[in-house]
Amino acid sequence: MAWGGHEARSTLDLVPTPRPTWPDARLHVVTGKGGTGKTTVAAALALALATGGRRSLLVEVEGRQGIAQLFDTPPLPYEERRIAIAPEGGEVYALAIDPEEALLEYLEMFYNLRRAGSALRRLGAIDFATTIAPGMRDVLLTGKVKEATTRTEDGQRVYDAVVLDGPPTGRITPFLNVTAEVAGLTKVGPIKSQSDKVIALLRSAQTAIHVVTILEEMPVQETIDTAAELRATALPMGAVIVNMTRESLLPAGKIDRDKVAAGLKASRLPDDPTVLDTLLREAADHQERERLQRRERKQLHALGQPLIELPFITHGVDLGTLHELSGALHEQGVMAP
Amino acid sequence: MTTSILDIDALLTDPDTRIIVCCGSGGVGKTTTAAAIALRAAEQGRQTVVLTIDPARRLAQALGLSALDNTPRRVGSLGRKEGGELHAMMLDMKRTFDEVVLTHTTAEKAEQIFANPFYQAMSTSFAGTQEYMAMEKLGQLVATQSWDIIVVDTPPSRSALDFLDAPQRLTRFLDGRMIRILLAPAKASGRAYFKVVGASFAMFSRVVTKVLGTALLHDLSAFVGALDTMFGGFRERAQATYDLLKRPGTAFLVVSAPEPDALREASYFVSRLDSDGMPLAGLVLNRMHSTAAASLTAERSLAAAETLEETGSTLAAGVLRVHAERIQLAGREQRLRARFTSAHPQVAVAEIPAQASDVHDLAGLRRVGNDLAANAAANTAAQV
Repeated sequence: MAWGGHEARSTLDLVPTPRPTWPDARLHVVTGKGGTGKTTVAAALALALATGGRRSLLVEVEGRQGIAQLFDTPPLPYEERRIAIAPEGGEVYALAIDPEEALLEYLEMFYNLRRAGSALRRLGAIDFATTIAPGMRDVLLTGKVKEATTRTEDGQRVYDAVVLDGPPTGRITPFLNVTAEVAGLTKVGPIKSQSDKVIALLRSAQTAIHVVTILEEMPVQETIDTAAELRATALPMGAVIVNMTRESLLPAGKIDRDKVAAGLKASRLPDDPTVLDTLLREAADHQERERLQRRERKQLHALGQPLIELPFITHGVDLGTLHELSGALHEQGVMAP
Repeated sequence: MTTSILDIDALLTDPDTRIIVCCGSGGVGKTTTAAAIALRAAEQGRQTVVLTIDPARRLAQALGLSALDNTPRRVGSLGRKEGGELHAMMLDMKRTFDEVVLTHTTAEKAEQIFANPFYQAMSTSFAGTQEYMAMEKLGQLVATQSWDIIVVDTPPSRSALDFLDAPQRLTRFLDGRMIRILLAPAKASGRAYFKVVGASFAMFSRVVTKVLGTALLHDLSAFVGALDTMFGGFRERAQATYDLLKRPGTAFLVVSAPEPDALREASYFVSRLDSDGMPLAGLVLNRMHSTAAASLTAERSLAAAETLEETGSTLAAGVLRVHAERIQLAGREQRLRARFTSAHPQVAVAEIPAQASDVHDLAGLRRVGNDLAANAAANTAAQV
């Protein structure tokens, strides 16, 4: 089983990390360096949190249509739609938030200004507000996320969990720390009170910010930097999700050339020296990579956050693998409260 | 295969090559590739500067970029040919923006602009500022005429081609009615102001006041007013840099990892560069796996590994499993490459093998450069 190596690895001279439990978390923000599989992990997390008759909402804010590509559906409109069924009768909804639409919705909701919206658009004001005006875009996006997280219907939460496929590590803290951004610009008014409410949610136990990484130097360094930034801004960090981990294929210790040669001979495989040399070189590379990965894993452990590991998928990600990853998350304690 | 191979040395030794732009999605090794190419250019005798955006700490140290002072610094101890030098710099977005403001306005006005909260936010966190400033810095480096080759690493953007769009977005913004409305208070006053902008401003002002409060409108108006004198300059520079990228002396290299997402992005880049008429030199496929023992297939290796495990030869079994995994990975990567080249048969490709450990010294960068150059050599050898 692809998952089998996990326990053996975690006990490897490392102190166990806390179990990933966030009893009050409703909003799960997923960040990570580019190339770490952030969107895939966010989708798997949404599936895991919907497992067992729950309903989760997977949200993207970067206009990349990453969710649609992942689930192999047409581009998502600015509308919540069901995109997947989770095990045991759960449902995953998805939403791609478009800042322009969010602004128009906001104007309508708070000021009954929908009509003014189209005039503002002609004027270039919408474009201005969503692309140029500093912080506005992030206020709108996080505001919409907050609205979905706290929305109720007949006294019941509409979503048991909301998963935000957030901006990458380099931009996540300013993105979530909207109040500080906007504070210098608006000292009073509805935008200010709106962003205050957003930050109150983001800094509460209802939020968990997960950082996805792979066991390489730069992503791990960015994970550590992000953890420090989140701490400094009082934003609640959740788990470190180590993606694309591989099982160890070699027994510990030195690679004995004669033993390998004997093995090839016994299997009636070509034992010519160039093949043997190549195999030994590949094995040495493998050991070197494992050594580096152990070093990186140790650094992540030192953060003291729950560590969740997801296996490397050799054949590329599809809906089946999302379920596989979701299962792995579930096994490691990730579930809706 | 009929695909053309990217010949990096031909590109670097061509005296007409003046700018190399490395673009690609985040996490594909763009910065390392840019640094390796720059080092190779320098060691082939060309006066080279590499503009990096956000290098890994140890790579930055290897390039001597511990001081972030926004000017190129010479990287010491290169080998080989005489005359070539490598300089490196890391982009300081805010400082570059400040410099632009200072060049275009009086010291007094610049102080006002620097103090404005809108400017502070725009110069540090406005989406697109980094892209625009990277292009601005490139323009400055070109203007000094001290470089044979400028290698540019592009910012890891939301949309990978934000740096191409930044000048136009700025232009669109500056030409918009919105700006004229915001400028009006600075140009006219009292009644005349309302005459200029009329009903649309009344409505705009009503909305903004309601949504943001009056203080904000005042700050914004002051900011735009203060920037007014610079608009012409901004627009010209943005356009000039964009045009610069289209010139024949520029070569775009799209960097990608052999992953579906990264290649999808690379594919989008290629189409976009093409439709903008930007000169594309080729695709660099980073972190590729291969094996020198392809004759021993994954299937045979795995079958043998299973038998060996039964007899307790775990080491030999493990070695065979490592080999099988590598072959499977290499096969997958080659399929992804083939898929890309069938969609873009005109694009030259070169591979860089996966390094066993991260690159953070000049020797490592040199190795990457050698590996990149080996593509063309291997191709020539194959044709002979």
